[in-house]
Amino acid sequence: MSLARLLRREASLAWGRGGGPLVALGFYAGAATLLPLAIGPEAGRLAAVAPGAAWVTLALASLLCLDRLFERDFEDGALDLLLLSPAPLELVCAVKCLGQWLATAAPLAVAAPVAAVALGAESRLAPLILVSALIGGLAFVFLGGIGAALSLGARRGGLLTAVIVLPLYVPPVIFGGGAIAAFASGLPWLPGFALLAAYAASAVALGPLAMAAACRNALS
Amino acid sequence: MISALTLGGVAVRRGGRLLFEGMNLSLGRGEAAALVGRNGAGKTSLLRAVAGLVGLEAGEIAFGEADPAQARAEGLHFLSHQDALKSARLAGEELEFWAGWFGGSAAALAAAVDRLELGRLLDLEVRRLSAGQRRRLTLARLLAAPRPLWLLDEPMSPLDADWRAAFGAIMAEHLAGGGLIVAAVHDPLPIPALKVEIAA
Repeated sequence: MSLARLLRREASLAWGRGGGPLVALGFYAGAATLLPLAIGPEAGRLAAVAPGAAWVTLALASLLCLDRLFERDFEDGALDLLLLSPAPLELVCAVKCLGQWLATAAPLAVAAPVAAVALGAESRLAPLILVSALIGGLAFVFLGGIGAALSLGARRGGLLTAVIVLPLYVPPVIFGGGAIAAFASGLPWLPGFALLAAYAASAVALGPLAMAAACRNALS
Repeated sequence: MISALTLGGVAVRRGGRLLFEGMNLSLGRGEAAALVGRNGAGKTSLLRAVAGLVGLEAGEIAFGEADPAQARAEGLHFLSHQDALKSARLAGEELEFWAGWFGGSAAALAAAVDRLELGRLLDLEVRRLSAGQRRRLTLARLLAAPRPLWLLDEPMSPLDADWRAAFGAIMAEHLAGGGLIVAAVHDPLPIPALKVEIAA
């Protein structure tokens, strides 16, 4: 099936040269290291903000690889050819996002609990942070794809993408950060987590429609 | 599948400028058209319009009896000067992906590799290939995934004399097999073709 082929290609392109996930992980590690330098080394204070900091840094790190999602295919003509097939463009966009998620968001999700615990979060939070980061990563990629497709052809598209996408990142940051904070203090965490999952599900469902429309607009 | 290509009164506008209007063309099986015109006249835009990548300002494009959306999805190859090859990937990986994407078979792929003498190039990164070699790699898609209508944007330009002749023979075979070709060219095509002048 050619969509499975496309998924393999997208994942290997995102993973491949230019260091894709390694650069994002490096950024993530760097940003997480800056934090204690700014807040101060007091263990109690750091531990209190650690999960939230890991979560926000994750949102920022997942912005990094977005400009590669459509830009290269747009410039080298691959996007034209992806249109000339029986597979609808919406599905092509969804597969591209999924490849991006596998190659960069999943490694970042594994790094998130490590960063949180390193900053002093209790280790019992790690599983919830991992699962939230995996689910939130889906929302980050599928919403980010909309921004990447909308800024196709613009100069300094990467910056434009970030400006378009950051407001859309607000709900998952609130829901995910809220669920982890609630779990940490022994409060009911499930509602926040469920809202995060629902937001990710609607991003996966609606994002490809917006991305395909934006790609068609950029090509025509 | 696609048995004819008909353009009736086609006009295309790009970036606020009307490139051409009242463009008519009628091609049947086994026929080729050579689009000629000055730089910027709109040859590439016309090919993109036939491929459905650019909207029409006026007129219509029909693919014989075939449904236009299906004809574009399954019946045509579009070869532009952007060759859709990722420079960091292996030539073989890229060819295999695109051949599969267009629904080609492994046997047709092997035959295309033979015909265009790509065997020694397949395990090189695309960045190591010369312009002519890259073009042969893209031409291999035409053979690896047979589709009736070929839209070619200056297919000959990076090829040397031998390969121009060889690709001429490939185009002649495609036409003999009932295919259709629309090519934007500056030099005459090495096959009999209807000359279509594009001018504003």
